[in-house]
Amino acid sequence: MSDDSFEPKIVGFLCNWCSYRAADLAGTARISHAPNVRIIRVMCSGRVDPTFVLKALSLGADGVMIAGCHPGECHYIEQNYKAMRRYYMLQHTLKAMGVEEQRVQLVWASAAEGQQLADAIDKLVADVKALGPLGWSKNWAENGDRIRALEDIVNEHKEALEVPR
Amino acid sequence: MAERVGVYVCHCGSNIAGKVDVADVAKFASEHIKDVVVARDYKFMCSDLGQKMVEEDIKKEGLTRVVVAACSPHLHEKTFRRACSNGGLNPYLLDMTNIREHCSWVHKDPVAATEKAKSLVSASAERVKFQQPLEPMYVDVNPTTLVVGGGIAGLQATLELADAGHKVVLVERLPSIGGHMAQFDKTFPTLDCSACILTPKMSEVGQHENVRLLTYAELEEVTGSVGNFHVKIRQKARKVDFDLCTGCGICVEKCPRKVVDTEFEAGMGMRKAIYMPFPQAVPRVPVLDTESCIWFERQRCQTCEKLCPTKAIRFDQEDEIIEVDVGNIIIATGWKPFDCTKIPQYGYGRLPNVYTGMEFERLCNAAGPTSGKIVLRDGKTVPKSVAIIHCVGSRDLNHNPYCSGICCMAALKFAHLLIEKTGAQVYSFYIDIRTNQKDYEEFYQRLLQEGVHFVRGKVSEVTDATRRPDETGKTIVQCEDTLTGRQERYPVDMVILMGALEPQFDARELGLKCGISCSMAGFYTERHPKLDPVATMTDGIFIAGVCQGPKDIPASVVQGAAAAARVAGMITKGKVMIEPIVASIREEDCSGCRICNNMCPYNAIEFDETRAVSRVITALCKGCGTCVSACPAGVIEGAHFNNSQIFAEIEGALWDAVPPAGVPGESESAGVSAS
Amino acid sequence: MKYAYYPGCSLEAGSAAYDVSVRAVAKVLGFELEELDDWNCCGATEYFSQDELVATSVIARNLAICRPDQKELIAPCAACFLNLKKTDQLMAEHSEVRSKVNEALAAGGLHYDPGQVRVRHLLDLIYTDIGEAALREKIKQPLTGLRVAPYYGCQVVRPMNGFDNTEYPMKMDELFTWLGAEVVDYPVKAHCCGGHMTQISEGAAYELIRRLLDSAVEHEADLILCMCPMCQLNLDAYQALVSSYFQKNFQMPIIFFTQLLGVALGLDFETVKIGKEIVSAGPVIKAKLGAAPSQTGA
Repeated sequence: MSDDSFEPKIVGFLCNWCSYRAADLAGTARISHAPNVRIIRVMCSGRVDPTFVLKALSLGADGVMIAGCHPGECHYIEQNYKAMRRYYMLQHTLKAMGVEEQRVQLVWASAAEGQQLADAIDKLVADVKALGPLGWSKNWAENGDRIRALEDIVNEHKEALEVPR
Repeated sequence: MAERVGVYVCHCGSNIAGKVDVADVAKFASEHIKDVVVARDYKFMCSDLGQKMVEEDIKKEGLTRVVVAACSPHLHEKTFRRACSNGGLNPYLLDMTNIREHCSWVHKDPVAATEKAKSLVSASAERVKFQQPLEPMYVDVNPTTLVVGGGIAGLQATLELADAGHKVVLVERLPSIGGHMAQFDKTFPTLDCSACILTPKMSEVGQHENVRLLTYAELEEVTGSVGNFHVKIRQKARKVDFDLCTGCGICVEKCPRKVVDTEFEAGMGMRKAIYMPFPQAVPRVPVLDTESCIWFERQRCQTCEKLCPTKAIRFDQEDEIIEVDVGNIIIATGWKPFDCTKIPQYGYGRLPNVYTGMEFERLCNAAGPTSGKIVLRDGKTVPKSVAIIHCVGSRDLNHNPYCSGICCMAALKFAHLLIEKTGAQVYSFYIDIRTNQKDYEEFYQRLLQEGVHFVRGKVSEVTDATRRPDETGKTIVQCEDTLTGRQERYPVDMVILMGALEPQFDARELGLKCGISCSMAGFYTERHPKLDPVATMTDGIFIAGVCQGPKDIPASVVQGAAAAARVAGMITKGKVMIEPIVASIREEDCSGCRICNNMCPYNAIEFDETRAVSRVITALCKGCGTCVSACPAGVIEGAHFNNSQIFAEIEGALWDAVPPAGVPGESESAGVSAS
Repeated sequence: MKYAYYPGCSLEAGSAAYDVSVRAVAKVLGFELEELDDWNCCGATEYFSQDELVATSVIARNLAICRPDQKELIAPCAACFLNLKKTDQLMAEHSEVRSKVNEALAAGGLHYDPGQVRVRHLLDLIYTDIGEAALREKIKQPLTGLRVAPYYGCQVVRPMNGFDNTEYPMKMDELFTWLGAEVVDYPVKAHCCGGHMTQISEGAAYELIRRLLDSAVEHEADLILCMCPMCQLNLDAYQALVSSYFQKNFQMPIIFFTQLLGVALGLDFETVKIGKEIVSAGPVIKAKLGAAPSQTGA
């Protein structure tokens, strides 16, 4: 069960036009929320490569937030729909890896929705707290042998894996 | 060679320093982040002295990268980029991280806030090392401007630009320019006649040598970007040859088919199947409505065709696509009135004596269907008592939460006209009276003197169910007077509903075409609600009038002029800077899979068939980065947001997480030492 | 189509005509109503103001005894419908209520998770699930020429119930338009019938009843259609008293909407219990529809 002292580390990818501005607005309006989300600005939620999320989790993040403009309101017309598609695909993969779906949440917030974004952050933090630490990086360390075995396989087939130029 | 990073932590007075231990953050930066050679905290980084400090450190300490931890980059990124430039450093080697809006202002616990600030600074410092010098791009600005919407805001914008000598293409959906203002009788608070002040502007636009006027036409497609938009406009078929028609009006006069005019007369009057919406219409070329025309119904009649002295009637005319190139676009598409049948308890559409505000405007108008006589639908009874209900569909969570802004004043105007023309008893049902512009409050005071009965309360229903003998034959308004706390019934002859101003029915669709966004309510989003109200997030696209939010005529005129001034500024400058945040494809590594081709909503990725590789058309790319994350081979580079930058930022943000010991290949991009 | 059925106490007593006609109509329209085994009181209009928690627990028992395959519960009585719906909602929105009610239910070996059963009104079922096309097909006796005033009352159309406009509902209006009746635009269709005010302050109650009857008379309605036993009782049983109280002569038949729906579907008066009401509806229906069903019972 969750440990009260557990403060999850969460990385948030926020789009430049809506959700980052929503976070700005939450600030201007002094809407207090949990301090666990470390915000990284991208131009569009469509920029969020699923590997960013995996990278964050592998480096010790307990959760990830992806936030964009509302469907139909994307600054780049429709790229948030692409973010949404990738998100579901990623959830599928994460599920296979045993990562609870509440750890990675996709959120829509317009530049006028500081309150909604703050609420979404609080919800994500609460959800992740309830789940407890992910400890991916630690598991990797413990499973060093397995990783090394994988690495050997990769090295063995290095040539085959290389992108032809 | 290692980078030399300078980190600057702003106090922002006490805005940041009151919560975040800024000295500790600076100390952390210098002690724990690799390659940081200077780390300072300072009272106001955005002040001249703060900027000077960055400039001098670049020169003296040989900084190659700068991190400013302060407010939102949306506020001061430009400021610090300039400082870097002044210090001799490429401005794109700066990164700003937001420890005010995203940290000190929103977190209660100073320790947690300080820890978060450290993470943000760490992320920024790791990222900045991977940033690359970029050069802004410049494109020429086409001096022609497109104005969409010929209401008062669009007309004002058009005239400002045309009078200054610039070419304007004005597109209006309806057969005539003029917008809603052409339908009004009087304008508040001065009560000058709406047509008298509007029609001179309309004819000026119609005759202006710099204006190309396209009425009965709609925006079909917008491509390109600021400075060089390519626009397709659908010219709907008028079924009248625009060049041959002299506007004599014989066709209209002789047309045997009469239909209810739901557009200009708001359903209160009739028009012919071939019609000019109103006498002062610009241009004076009629439109044939094929849905009511007898010829299109059963191939008979042809009266108009036979009688036209210049043979201008064209039954076979088709829609036409007109293409224009413009440098900037001003959207002034206005609003639509709230559909009052959505509040059935107010009886509109069921009870004959319930009117919308727009219907009453036409009823009052000297050029309207009753020649300005205020009578009930029977055409003769003059109302002796009238109820005006404010906030119908506005300030109502079931419909629109916002205040429509103009209805209080319009209601006061109606009350005045009613008293003046009929001597009726007028009851005005309001939630709050909002009269906060020049001379508006005075107008309200005047109406109080004129004897309007103001009732503070939200009307619960308008009904014909009588309870008392004096209610027989009346329309009854039931309302709690919240000042006396009593439920009251007001039997009246006429009820006017002050419906909300709503976004145009296709506001979102048009927004998508132009790449601008709407608020939740559906009004276009301005770049900044206070400091940049007519620009949008898309460069080169401006907004004016009610399409940006409810407002009255003076405010619409101001916005029309303001948008025109912004455009004129762009034209005068001649060139426009484009952020170099664009994608590029390493063609030698591209496998030609074309996955990225369909990712781009701007068609900025073309496929070179001969070399079988994809290529980004830089001028079209807006830099969203979606293709970058889609490329399976990772050969698309998103300038200023590339993979190595973002990976480093993630690693920096998680500097305090458990180090991924035993994982091969990690900790290469960043050199954070976990403490 | 199969639904769980909660008749409630009124439908077993004073409003038996409602129950009988509902079951008869169900048979013709081809949906099955399976009465809940061992249902109990819905708390009526009073219990919630006495002790909300006990009321909620008592009502929740009805939801808890639904079998897992009984996903939709139909309650024709407006008060039953509202109370069941309210209970489900209270339990969904307030975790404290949820746990306390379940604590009480546990004493009887029961448990209820909000959302498990969807509580619906009969009108919603007929309007939505049966729908216009199917209904039109089943018309045996079009209601042409009959002027009806649809009366919704206050409980069925409250905002949380969500299937019709709260202020000016239209679903019953539409239903009877499909059946060929002339539906009058009855402006007081969602106004108060007086409820239990008849027991507390008869003057106030009679005034409320008078308004409803007056408006129906004014709009030349032949009869008023109800969907609530309380409304039907007040308008019908108190009509004579209201008449003498105001020196009027009301003769307005008040029946349940399912009774007239049954007539349209070709059922005779006896089958839908027309004639059980005090101000008889039989004669006006017969007069307006011409070819009258065989038995009248009036």
